[in-house]
Amino acid sequence: MSTTLNLTLQVWRQDGPDAAGRFETYQANNIPDDASFLEMLDVVNEDLIENGKVPIEFPHDCREGICGTCGVMINGRAHGQEKGTATCQLHMRKFNDGDTIAIEPWRAAAFPVVRDLVVDRSPMDAIIQAGGYITAPTGTGGDANDTPIPKEAADSAMDAAACIGCGACVAACPNSAAQLFTSAKVWHLNSLPQGQPERYKRAEAMVETMEQFFGSCTNHGECSEACPKEISLDFIAYMNRDYIKSKRFNRKLAGQG
Amino acid sequence: MAAPTLARGKSAQRPIRPKRRELPFPLNLYQTAVGKKWVMAVTGLMLLGFVVFHALGNLKLYLGAVEHNGEAVWDIDLYGEFLRELLVPLFPRTYFLWLLRFGLMGAFALHIHSAFTLTRMNQSSNSRYQSKRDWLAANFASRSMRVTGVIVSLYIVFHLADLTWGLSAISPDWERGEIYNNLILSLGRWWVALIYIGANIALCIHIFHGAWSMFQSLGLNNPRWNSLRRSVAAGLAGAILLMNLSFPIAILAGVVEAGEPEVSLESNE
Ligand code: HEM
Ligand code: SF4
Ligand code: FES
Repeated sequence: MSTTLNLTLQVWRQDGPDAAGRFETYQANNIPDDASFLEMLDVVNEDLIENGKVPIEFPHDCREGICGTCGVMINGRAHGQEKGTATCQLHMRKFNDGDTIAIEPWRAAAFPVVRDLVVDRSPMDAIIQAGGYITAPTGTGGDANDTPIPKEAADSAMDAAACIGCGACVAACPNSAAQLFTSAKVWHLNSLPQGQPERYKRAEAMVETMEQFFGSCTNHGECSEACPKEISLDFIAYMNRDYIKSKRFNRKLAGQG
Repeated sequence: MAAPTLARGKSAQRPIRPKRRELPFPLNLYQTAVGKKWVMAVTGLMLLGFVVFHALGNLKLYLGAVEHNGEAVWDIDLYGEFLRELLVPLFPRTYFLWLLRFGLMGAFALHIHSAFTLTRMNQSSNSRYQSKRDWLAANFASRSMRVTGVIVSLYIVFHLADLTWGLSAISPDWERGEIYNNLILSLGRWWVALIYIGANIALCIHIFHGAWSMFQSLGLNNPRWNSLRRSVAAGLAGAILLMNLSFPIAILAGVVEAGEPEVSLESNE
């Protein structure tokens, strides 16, 4: 038997990018405690629709923690109070009957609100476009294990590649810095043999694109705490190292070194 | 760059601050935030080196008077003279000391300039939450770097006026070269001691975060000793605080007293 919860929600409503936003209070009644946070919002939205009101717009897609689409600020924490989970993986059993929950969109100057809880995260795409690729020969795929990869490098790359690009790191950062996301994307490729040809160009291009949109890291560490994939701060240090080196190496490559 | 896949208006990949024309190496490092943080870490390390040696040098206060060329002198006064005569056969007197001073001033200027510009960059990147934030990792030290930094820099100016320049408005009894007596007479006043203690607590808090942050900014990260980085920062901050706070306490408690240096022959008994 699952129990149900009655909750008070304070939800950020904003009609469009240029409209002024405001908090609105909703009652979420009879929420089963095995519902996910997004399902709870679904229930509230059903109610709003039945009463002829505009439902709350919130970002979501896979609802299993792999796509990186969902993500809202829940009581002042990105993706809510559970560690290592996305908003879609947060369950209502983690809340108590009678709780008041404040729900706000990600906030950063580079993440303008599209509507309600949905923000435009396309600057993160710009960072990927700047260097999130490798030079690979086209044609038939090579044999498996053609390129020997040290176990440690494979593990490190895998840990970095776990990033789902949700933007919680930016949302949680007091400086709106995107270091955790960018460093995960840089290190995912820079740690592997396949990523070596563009290693320093990648570090340079991705960091400099990041800085056109986001703030500067002051090593608070909020990002890693908020990250649904628990991406490590270590990658930020690796990215810093590769970036500083890139200024020297890229000159050498250009024949000026 | 490829065309944006989504154009929803407003952001749609329009930079907040477009990339500026790149200056030649190594100036281009200082044009980016990651480069500036690197400079901030290097200059922070230089300032940290100064703070450590300054505190260690001041411990000579406790050595009291020693015999020097048949005269009794305060050991710390000798130390001051030693600093002025650093590398003397190679450099004329005080030249090397001035070299160090200019290095520190340059580091200080760069440290503050990068702190200032990065703070502005962060403010323009940010958009405030309307509901209450719940901090998980940011601590008091990391969130107050700018405040502690400003307190420390204001204090440094006061400290120089008090003990280096001997401005008569602040320290009327100051005399050139009388390091021991100047220090004790100045810190023996409760309000100077209070400023001194407050500023050193701010410095300790600044170093607690700064010395950890420095490792990340410089890319000094190795799984072997990562677990030590926090302890090194805390240890440094604590050790510096203990040394620095001991001076006003010892002076106010009368452990060390101003006066003429005496080396008594009975002292060995
Ligand atoms: C005018 C005075 C100062 C100001 C405004 C200032 C400001 C700052 C700021 C804003 C940071 C960045 C904090 C962060 O990364 O979160 C920082 C870092 C640092 N500061 Fe200072 N500071 C000052 C003086 C000093 C002094 C006197 C020392 C020497 C002990 C020092 C040592 C450091 C260190 C080691 C770092 C770490 C650098 C890094 O993470 O890249 N600072 N400072
Ligand atoms: S680093 Fe973590 S918080 Fe940041 S975008 Fe990737 S998964 Fe999300
Ligand atoms: S909806 Fe895909 S990660 Fe949450």
